[in-house]
Amino acid sequence: MKRKQLRRRVFNAMIFLFAAAAALLFIMPTLLTISNAFMTEQEINANYGAMIESASADRKTYISEELNLKFIPDMVSLRQFGSVLFKSPEYLLKFWNSVILVVPITLFQLALASVTAYGFARFRGKVKGIIFFSYTILMLMPYQVTLVPNFLVSEFLGILGTRWAIILPGIFSPFSVFLLTKVMRRIPTAYYEAARLDGAGEIQIFRHICLPLSRSAMMSVGLLVFIDYWNMVEQPLILLKDEAKYPLSVFLSQINAGDVGLAFAVAVVYMVPALLLFLYGEEYLVEGITYSGGVKG
Amino acid sequence: MRTKKRKWKQICKEWLWLLPSVAGVLIFFVIPFLVVIYYSVLDNPIFSNFVGLENYAKLLQNAAFLRASRNTALYSVIAVPLSVVLSLWLAFALNARIPGRSWLRTCFLCPLMVPIASVVLVWQVIFHYHGTLNQITELFGAAPVDWLKSEASYLVLTVLFLWKTLGYNMILFMSAIAGIPQDIIEVAELEGAGRFYTFLHIKLRYLSPSILFVTILSIISSFKMFREVYLLTGDYPYETMYLLQHFMNNTFNSLDYQKLSSAAVLLCLVMILIIGLLFLVEKKFGEDVEE
Repeated sequence: MKRKQLRRRVFNAMIFLFAAAAALLFIMPTLLTISNAFMTEQEINANYGAMIESASADRKTYISEELNLKFIPDMVSLRQFGSVLFKSPEYLLKFWNSVILVVPITLFQLALASVTAYGFARFRGKVKGIIFFSYTILMLMPYQVTLVPNFLVSEFLGILGTRWAIILPGIFSPFSVFLLTKVMRRIPTAYYEAARLDGAGEIQIFRHICLPLSRSAMMSVGLLVFIDYWNMVEQPLILLKDEAKYPLSVFLSQINAGDVGLAFAVAVVYMVPALLLFLYGEEYLVEGITYSGGVKG
Repeated sequence: MRTKKRKWKQICKEWLWLLPSVAGVLIFFVIPFLVVIYYSVLDNPIFSNFVGLENYAKLLQNAAFLRASRNTALYSVIAVPLSVVLSLWLAFALNARIPGRSWLRTCFLCPLMVPIASVVLVWQVIFHYHGTLNQITELFGAAPVDWLKSEASYLVLTVLFLWKTLGYNMILFMSAIAGIPQDIIEVAELEGAGRFYTFLHIKLRYLSPSILFVTILSIISSFKMFREVYLLTGDYPYETMYLLQHFMNNTFNSLDYQKLSSAAVLLCLVMILIIGLLFLVEKKFGEDVEE
């Protein structure tokens, strides 16, 4: 028996080592980005200069051809952040572009989805079942399929190239309807019936029973929606023609060649909202992912 | 008469809850998709002559479309199963009694939250010809590889895909593992079943719906890899990194409606086929464990 226990311990230790090594690899890019944001511009140029040689062939400030991925800066400096925040307003503008796209989409998608999910969860029927199934299929379609119809509608409505072309389809995206319906279906029908007997109307039942019971699910779903849109690349490339309206997620790839000196700081500024939400709401995130398990209702 | 009227009123009230969303989905997705199908069988939107499946035939001969589909398929065939297996292993590992489980979970979930645009610089440094990865392989005496501009880029795609999806899949599996009834496993062990047997015949059986779901999700995510590639290499990547979304972007730029709509319809059919197939497999495999 004892020997078996020992073997089990060794086995667990090995699993732990493997998992820990993998975990380290997983957070490495993030940590590196953050630590590099505290380097001075000279240090960045010295280490990564070779990467941008094509962009600035005339001024060779780098020492060697090799790129030197460094974890700890020689000298900690806040100058990169200073330039981003005070000297280069275009980055803050792009950040704002991201905010005014993502925040309305997240809030309105959630609000609309909670009403719709109540409808799907509370009232059953054959037609409603079919519609809900179509929502599931639509949710699973990749952008290559959905962006073409989105493009045609935006053109037809004359909103192509404006932010509405991204916001409106975003609000009606079926993802959160799907998740919230599954959550609301778990609320026992006895609750609804009790409220009905007490004389509550549907709107009151929705507001005073359904919403409070699914509050944490709403947080989870909101978190997932926010992340998805904060990361968006495909929609702006196709639905916005004016680069001035591009969110920072797209714009970041274009500054890489030019101002490597502040690219890391911009990258950190961009990940701060997502990272804060993550650290604050990891439990909600896990819960949200768990809800999404199983396509069948 | 009166009860009938009341019933109608009730039905209307029920549908009122669904109306805004259904209307929006119809306007922004379903109706325009019907138009897309309509466009896909015309020769051009102005004269609109019906040409049947000609656009599809042309699309299937289009070199760019074929390359994009081939690339997407080639790396998904490796990356999706790898992601499912590895995340299942991680889920079991984190369910075992090992220290620092919540820390490990946070680490694996981190790539899900961090915008890819933010860390793309680090990836560029790592995969650059003079970059970190080549420096490391050089220590072992390997010749440098141009990771982003050669066949090796399939490997880069796979790595990025795993980095992005493992955490999500792991969480799905962890919750599924927690749902396996313990008493069945205990009975099996009492009756002398080995660890391998319980894993294969009980745990995997109960996990089959989740495995299906994770596979579907991973296939869908594999269609989304354009993001990473675009941020890493821009509009015109090396030919092995040319993905379906690149093809769509270029077609959008030339506004070739026929090519766009036939591609969208074709991909939609492929997706429906994949999803349907996996549903069937799941039904067959998991039917005797369902409540």
